[in-house]
Amino acid sequence: MTNIQYLAPATLDEAVRAFAAAEGAARILAGGTDLLVQMQSGFAKPGMIVDVKKIPELMAIEETAGGGFIVGAAVSGATLERHPTFGKIWPGALEALNLIGSTQVQGRASFGGNLCNGSPAADSVPGLVAAGATVTIQGPNGRRELAVEDVPAGPGKTNLAPGEIAVSFTFPAHPAHSGDAYLRMIPRTEMDIAVVGCGVFLTMDGETCTAARVALGAVAPTVRRVPDAEAALIGSHLDDAALETAAAACRAACNPIDDKRGTIAYRTSVAGVLLKRTVAIAAERAAQA
Amino acid sequence: MTKIHVTTTINGEPEEFLCDPNETMLDALRNRLGLTGAKEGCATGDCGACSITLDGTLVCACLMLAAESDGHEITTIEGMAEGENLHPLQTKFLESAALQCGICTPGFLIAAKALLDENPDPTETEVRFWLAGNLCRCTGYDKIIRAVMDTAAEMREAAQ
Repeated sequence: MTNIQYLAPATLDEAVRAFAAAEGAARILAGGTDLLVQMQSGFAKPGMIVDVKKIPELMAIEETAGGGFIVGAAVSGATLERHPTFGKIWPGALEALNLIGSTQVQGRASFGGNLCNGSPAADSVPGLVAAGATVTIQGPNGRRELAVEDVPAGPGKTNLAPGEIAVSFTFPAHPAHSGDAYLRMIPRTEMDIAVVGCGVFLTMDGETCTAARVALGAVAPTVRRVPDAEAALIGSHLDDAALETAAAACRAACNPIDDKRGTIAYRTSVAGVLLKRTVAIAAERAAQA
Repeated sequence: MTKIHVTTTINGEPEEFLCDPNETMLDALRNRLGLTGAKEGCATGDCGACSITLDGTLVCACLMLAAESDGHEITTIEGMAEGENLHPLQTKFLESAALQCGICTPGFLIAAKALLDENPDPTETEVRFWLAGNLCRCTGYDKIIRAVMDTAAEMREAAQ
């Protein structure tokens, strides 16, 4: 075993300094549910592990005006589940995070880790994109904010610059009569990786949809926001014709792989099915919100 | 490799140990602290045989570094019984033969206790989903699920 260092800095500045100085030899440790598996298999051989869970900002959950939230990048799904209001306002984002792995994994897995691991099938990422979340990033050159959909760059790759650390996720204010939802298709009922994931956020004015965000996971090298599906939903009554147009847009947005979990044709077809089912849940939540 | 000095609490008792920077909590429990109740099944977070709680939250000891336990509270299967008195889940698992080879049992017990601590009246579906990350290759799960449901019912009754 080569020499390896473990650091658990109490401040973000210290973490960024150490992470940047290690020049790519370091890995960030949030929940560790991907990193430790990668180390175990020899896929990752970090010279330094920077544990970010002692940094208060990465572990905080703050409710902002109008149902907005700032969620620390290393907050676990179990912690977020116990929050008194987050899951009531953003049930789709929460269920996306808590579809990952087992109860044990949910005790540790975080939005930040799921996003930065760069898996095209990351469950929470379409949920975050549908919610309209942005991620605050801090690096050697200071702070910046990116839309979540602009972070993934391909399997295992992100657009974070060297030395940059995901700090927190900002959920916008939650308009009245809005709802979010996330569904994924897996070959079994639990403990598997998405064949297709679909996140939807809707705002309704009576029967008319006035705003929509649609995001697909596991059907392309990165999460896909589907503007054509959103356009088909906005202004509609979520009637069959609008849903079919949106489903077709989702199928058209797919550029998936063939693997043991699903063929290209299957993933593409399921993307349309999930869009309709996810819209139905989001619409029901919007009606109650 | 420079060792890390860890100060933690395990099953309510203060504990100090030295570990390697990349050593898992599971290896520290088993190889340094003599707590061999948590088992290594897969070492990749799939089987739940190494289930412990970290500040009351159910986690896999194989997916956690020992160094991360510094300043936190760990509970393991060794802390479940009170002296000679088994926890009701342990008693029920024995009575209803909710185990065969037993290697998954500590993980199931820790996970089931974490569920009942949070939700004393779970549905069967909730029990099955909660325990989906604990694998058993012997029992076919039914006896385990029934044992958890029965224990929950008895504990609710006892609490009244």
